[in-house]
Amino acid sequence: MLETVVQFALLCIAIAMLGLIYRLVKGPTVPDRVVALDALGINLIAVIALVSIILKTNAFLEIILLIGILAFIGTVAFSKYLEKGVIIERERNS
Amino acid sequence: MSLLHLAIISPLLLALLVPIFYRYFRQIHTGWFLLPLPILLFIYFLQFISHTKNGEVITETAPWIPSFGVDFAVRIDGLGLLFALLITGIGSLVVLYSVYYLSKEHEKLNTFYIYLLLFMTAMLGVVLSDNLIVLYAFWELTSFSSFLLIGYWYHRERSRYGAQKSMIITVLGGLSMLGGILLLHIMTGTFNISEIILQSGDIVNHVLFIPAMLCFLLGAFTKSAQFPFHIWLPDAMEAPTPVSAYLHSATMVKAGIYLVARMTPVFAHDGIWIWLVAGFGIVTLFWGSFSAVKQTDLKGILAFSTVSQLGMIMSLLGIGAAALHYPQLDDSFYTVATTAAVFHLVNHATFKGSLFMVAGIIDHETGTRDIRRLGGLMNFMPITFTLAIIGTFSMAGIPPFNGFLSKEMFFTGMVRVLEMDIFNLETWGFLFPVIAWIASVFTFIYSMVLLFKTFTGKHQPDKLPKTPHEAPIGLLISPIILASLVIVFGFFPNILSHNIISPAMESILPGLLVEGQAFDVHIYFWHGFTVELFMTIGVIALGTLLYFTYPKWSRVYGIFTERFSLNRAYDSLIENSQTGSYNFTKTYMNGSIRTYLVYIFSFFVFILSVSLVAKNAFVYDTSNVSQIRIYEIIIVLIMAIASVTILFAKSRLTAIILLGAVGYSVALFFVVFRAPDLALTQLVIETVSVALFLLCFYHLPKKRHEERMSFKLTNLLISIAVGAVFTLIALSAHSSKFFEPISQYYVENTYEKAAGKNMVNVILVDFRGFDTLFEICVLGIAALGIYAMIKLRMTRGKEG
Repeated sequence: MLETVVQFALLCIAIAMLGLIYRLVKGPTVPDRVVALDALGINLIAVIALVSIILKTNAFLEIILLIGILAFIGTVAFSKYLEKGVIIERERNS
Repeated sequence: MSLLHLAIISPLLLALLVPIFYRYFRQIHTGWFLLPLPILLFIYFLQFISHTKNGEVITETAPWIPSFGVDFAVRIDGLGLLFALLITGIGSLVVLYSVYYLSKEHEKLNTFYIYLLLFMTAMLGVVLSDNLIVLYAFWELTSFSSFLLIGYWYHRERSRYGAQKSMIITVLGGLSMLGGILLLHIMTGTFNISEIILQSGDIVNHVLFIPAMLCFLLGAFTKSAQFPFHIWLPDAMEAPTPVSAYLHSATMVKAGIYLVARMTPVFAHDGIWIWLVAGFGIVTLFWGSFSAVKQTDLKGILAFSTVSQLGMIMSLLGIGAAALHYPQLDDSFYTVATTAAVFHLVNHATFKGSLFMVAGIIDHETGTRDIRRLGGLMNFMPITFTLAIIGTFSMAGIPPFNGFLSKEMFFTGMVRVLEMDIFNLETWGFLFPVIAWIASVFTFIYSMVLLFKTFTGKHQPDKLPKTPHEAPIGLLISPIILASLVIVFGFFPNILSHNIISPAMESILPGLLVEGQAFDVHIYFWHGFTVELFMTIGVIALGTLLYFTYPKWSRVYGIFTERFSLNRAYDSLIENSQTGSYNFTKTYMNGSIRTYLVYIFSFFVFILSVSLVAKNAFVYDTSNVSQIRIYEIIIVLIMAIASVTILFAKSRLTAIILLGAVGYSVALFFVVFRAPDLALTQLVIETVSVALFLLCFYHLPKKRHEERMSFKLTNLLISIAVGAVFTLIALSAHSSKFFEPISQYYVENTYEKAAGKNMVNVILVDFRGFDTLFEICVLGIAALGIYAMIKLRMTRGKEG
């Protein structure tokens, strides 16, 4: 029973990811794409969690955390880049 | 090492001391220090005559590379001794002559004498070596030292041109000879000439026999300036005159003659050898003498004359080799050509050496060698004139000098071709005496031109750079000695016959003699009223006639020079190969990385697909594949869409983001295929590299990054082909498993032996930690490199 549910959930998330990919590819503006990428990362967390259930292992829990951090850092960096044009500023007193 | 080895390398050892003589004894001409050596060597080699004339052969061996069968084997027999005597004898005279010829104030004597001594060693090594590899080493040393000597006045362009030309042509032949040596080694299993000669009967029908012969002949023909490789010799006349006299008349150009004579017992069992040697020789004889007539430079005439006389000796050797096919030696009927070859070899060395020295004296005392500006020197230089008479008359074959004797024997040899009935000589053989006779007429003409245009006629003091006067006695000693030898050999030829000629013939034609017999060499002035005598009379008569009517028929040369200029062919060959290779390189090395990648990928595809097809290597086996799951399909779809979209992305930013998506999908694959460590690393690395790409993107120049990738058909085809080929290879590699993987060992021993539960990490740091060490190293280098590239702005600093 659990197996089936997980499979179904995976399928749903995969479809969601395909939709996000569509937005990533099509996305008229760059912010659209960045948001799609961020959401893809979060979906990835869900996929990995579900896969861990299927594989009956806890070896992938670090990855879940890592993706969370990376998605956040990546999105913040991207946003800063889109807004200011640089990611790491030299002058910090502004 | 024996005394004989020491004798061969002694000039080389002396060459080491030359700089000391030159530096610390400036007031004494360096040549005086050298002079004793060749004289001593000459006396040393004279002692061997008593051995060789009884048919004895002296061999000495010093090991060099015994494991390859290469030993410094020295062998003195009649032929080697004859050449050794020529080299040391004329070498002594040339050193003496050069002492007076080269000024100690204005010339760099140290280099000159070092090159000359180098050459002497090389030449002695060539003629006395019994080992073919050693012979080849010395052979190249002669080419090399000759190159240095021709380019002695390296600030002149003509010298450099001549040196380069002679180097290219003689080294071409030398390398071909090396090929021949190796082929002979394959056939016989030895490098030793005497052992090869013993096996010569067995290898005649070997498939490599003819190629080996052709290789050797190319070596001999280039070195001895045979048609059409003679073109380097006239250009080598830019060398100082002692060098021309020594190298380009008496010794080096005879190295090819020596090789042919030495190899006659090996190769002459085949008719091709006889036809090639005799044929090229006779053509060279004719072309050399024909071309010599039109020269206006004294050394030019002598150079072409040398070419022609070398052709004559070569043709005699070719015809003489036919004697090997007549087993019973009734009389000297068939061997007379060989006798003539050896005899003329000696004669040519004497008279041509003296003539070169005479030309050098004229150059030295008048400042020019151009016969159009010379004339009437008879009264100013009587001794030189006398020497020139002796030399030229001997060259033209006029009695009573030695040239007459060898020319008579030459005619005898050529006429006897008519009576030979082997190798189709009876069909076209009649051409030999005819061409020989015509060539002799031209020989007569240029000899007379050389003598009379220079010494008789009107004196033209206003055209000469210097006031002519008789040469100092020192310059005259050497040509006087040579000219006296011309007369001595002319009147008493038989002092040579038993001591020198007969042993040399034994080396060229071994196996013809039974025990205790010797070649019956008798050279007479008077044969009676034979065909040869009338031929000589005809030569003199027609030659005199043509000499006096020369202005009327000199237009003949206008036609020939333009149409058959081998020099022009050579020049255009060199130039065309240069421009050709330059253009060729320019077409494929166009500097664009895209093109080079096209080459690399096409080559990959070509080699891999051809070997897949040729080896019939493609296999497809589904027995070993696992079940495909739905989420794998979905991840593949995501990856495929992202990858394909990269190709069609309008902006580069899109492409970078899509690349990131591909990277994350790979990480997802790692999760699905149960590789947590890889997935972790992949995620971090992908994030960092996407950030780096964005950094690059940000620094792109404006307006350059918003256009779609242009379409190129070749790129499409190549990329599809690369993908297809590698897919096929991956499929067939997966389908063919030849042995079990070794991973079972790691599974069993990760905890047992390495105290870890994470197998990937244990492999990385324990089982195969060396790889990790150097990957750390790679990262370190990359980091340092990036830091250096950013911080070091050396070129910009200079420009600013």
